[in-house]
Amino acid sequence: MLHGPARSSGPDPASGYKTRLGVVMFIIYCVVYAGFVMTNVVNEGRAMQTIVFAGLNLAVVYGFGLIIFALVLALIYNHLCTRKERELNVTRSEKGAGA
Amino acid sequence: MNLHGTPLSIVIFALFVAAVLFLSFFFARKAKSAAGYYAAGGQIHWAVNGISFAGDYLSAASFLGICGMIATLGYDGFLYSIGYLAGWVVALFVVAEPMKRMGKFTFTDALDAKFDSRGIKLAAAISTLVVSICYLIPQMNGAGSLVEPLLGLPHWVGVILVGAIVIVIVSAAGMTSTTYVQFLKGGLLLIFSTILVGFVLSRGLSTEPVGLESGAPRGEMTVQATDSQLLEQGYALLHTTGSLQKYVRDGTTTWWKREADGTLWRAQWTSDGVVNGVAGGVLEPVGRLRQIGGMSEAEAAAGTGSVGPLDFLAHLTHPETRIEQWQKQAVTDEKGAKYAVYTPKMVSGTDQMKPGVKFKVHTTTEKLNFVSLMMALFFGTAALPHILIRYYTVPSPACARKSTIVAIASIGFFYVLTLFMGLGAAVNGTVNPADNNMSAPLLAMSFGGVLFAIISAIAFATVLGTVAGLIVAASGAVAHDLMDRFGRMDLSDRQKVRAGKIAAFAVGIVAIVLGIVFRGVNVSFLVGWAFAVAASANLPAILMLLFWPRTTAAGIVASIIVGIVSSLGIILTGPEMFAGPYGLTAEQAWHPLGQPGIISIPLSFLALIVVSLVTKNRRVAVEA
Repeated sequence: MLHGPARSSGPDPASGYKTRLGVVMFIIYCVVYAGFVMTNVVNEGRAMQTIVFAGLNLAVVYGFGLIIFALVLALIYNHLCTRKERELNVTRSEKGAGA
Repeated sequence: MNLHGTPLSIVIFALFVAAVLFLSFFFARKAKSAAGYYAAGGQIHWAVNGISFAGDYLSAASFLGICGMIATLGYDGFLYSIGYLAGWVVALFVVAEPMKRMGKFTFTDALDAKFDSRGIKLAAAISTLVVSICYLIPQMNGAGSLVEPLLGLPHWVGVILVGAIVIVIVSAAGMTSTTYVQFLKGGLLLIFSTILVGFVLSRGLSTEPVGLESGAPRGEMTVQATDSQLLEQGYALLHTTGSLQKYVRDGTTTWWKREADGTLWRAQWTSDGVVNGVAGGVLEPVGRLRQIGGMSEAEAAAGTGSVGPLDFLAHLTHPETRIEQWQKQAVTDEKGAKYAVYTPKMVSGTDQMKPGVKFKVHTTTEKLNFVSLMMALFFGTAALPHILIRYYTVPSPACARKSTIVAIASIGFFYVLTLFMGLGAAVNGTVNPADNNMSAPLLAMSFGGVLFAIISAIAFATVLGTVAGLIVAASGAVAHDLMDRFGRMDLSDRQKVRAGKIAAFAVGIVAIVLGIVFRGVNVSFLVGWAFAVAASANLPAILMLLFWPRTTAAGIVASIIVGIVSSLGIILTGPEMFAGPYGLTAEQAWHPLGQPGIISIPLSFLALIVVSLVTKNRRVAVEA
């Protein structure tokens, strides 16, 4: 039965680390996103019309902020994952060479 | 306003279609195997896959729908941009790499990877089909609406044209050709949306925008008058309903809206094919700045000149800025004739640039609906089957991760642009009050026919790219999940490709029929359905499979079924359906919730947990 990846990528020793890191970053973003949603709901969202930066209100700044924050977190996540993958792959290849 | 296709627009459209078909046949040789057909052989570069994600995800709802909503509702439309983008965080941090590790061709493969359960195969395939169909209908309908002005063809011809082209794309080379069509579309969409925003900022803001004089659409300056002025001009008052008054002069009907200060604003109207008194006429494009905060009237008329992006937004946010927002009201005159009357309303910059025009949060129900919508957008993206299958087109989990980051960057950038395109349309007199979906193409038209032709062709491409992805996902569900794995037909590699092509043809025909049948029906909510159903039916199963070792096959099946039934059930018995397609009133609905996510997502989790605990003896160990 055809029942595996379209192209096998081999074992990934960093998968546990990446899963934990992903969950932490997901929770961080969830909290910030929930803050945005709740700011819209509490007190009929009046806080959103407060001018906070360069003539822009909180609604625009928070909205842009969420988009930019997603990208920043994504880049940090990728950096940390890539570093861990290299680290563990080097360790594994060294072990393999010594065996 | 003449929106019929120019020779240039037809040439650009034809060139684009030719390029798409060439790509499809060029890659056809790569689709000989099942892996080639369903997953592009898992050999797509992560950067290409990332832009293809954008091409897949940025549908007509994103490009035409969000820009149109921002143009007519202000900031509320941008909430969709934020929610749609935020959903990619779930995809990156939680779903991307595990989906790649566990799956083969379809989302069902990943869910079923540890169980080999026929129940999961069937439930997940049904979920894929339901979500894909909900997503397909508005895309096909949008294609028909676009082709009407672009090529001057009837709506149904447009739907068939899109369906036929997509069937060829998918049947030729499956996911390989679909990937490159989406890459082409995603790249063009980003480039030309950036150019359009550059033009908008270069033009700046003015109560008398320059550059609209050369035959391009120009919003009719709202006419103000008093009762006595109208009577002096020979108008006779025939009927009053609420704040609307119907006058007739020389046999021509006009509707006017009375403001609190007694001033009358001329409205636009349609009734039985008559538009503003002209049979078969068209509504005047609308949307103007009436005052720019911090500037005198003369300065505002002269305009700001070229502005930076933050200045552009700051001017529009200024509390003294005044912007026209047009609203539709259904009214009946003294003879019982029904009219749709479009009236202007002046809103301040403060109100235009904050939430609350569409999504009101005064009552508990309104608050629940808002939270529910934002939940569905956040959790729905990572559970859309046509998005998930793109994780199988790259070589490794690391590439799946990197391509998701490219997607976040490109899609996030595009959604920032939607705010400028939507607001640009709102203040440059380029909004059709009856159909705000054409706001972005009309805005492009105000900068000349070339940009209009290109933007319209790209808008058409947004439909092609997304529909192709949806048909690949749906055909995979039919051929791979249902026929081969659920039905145990044990197809050979070659037979799987053939089955996929036949399924793509069948799904394409169904999409064409639905696109024609749903013409004229407001189907924009169907994209919301797709997100709500995906978030309710698929995401709880994915998350619990990954993070809760006690998850059982029966629990996953229960979660999917409860998610589909509860989300669709809440929508079908809710106020939007009663006030819309059912032709009743919102008050007759069984409940006040228009958005199901806040109920259906927790219900789906609960179903999975309860059923998994009850069936724990049959549990198959789930690897962490």
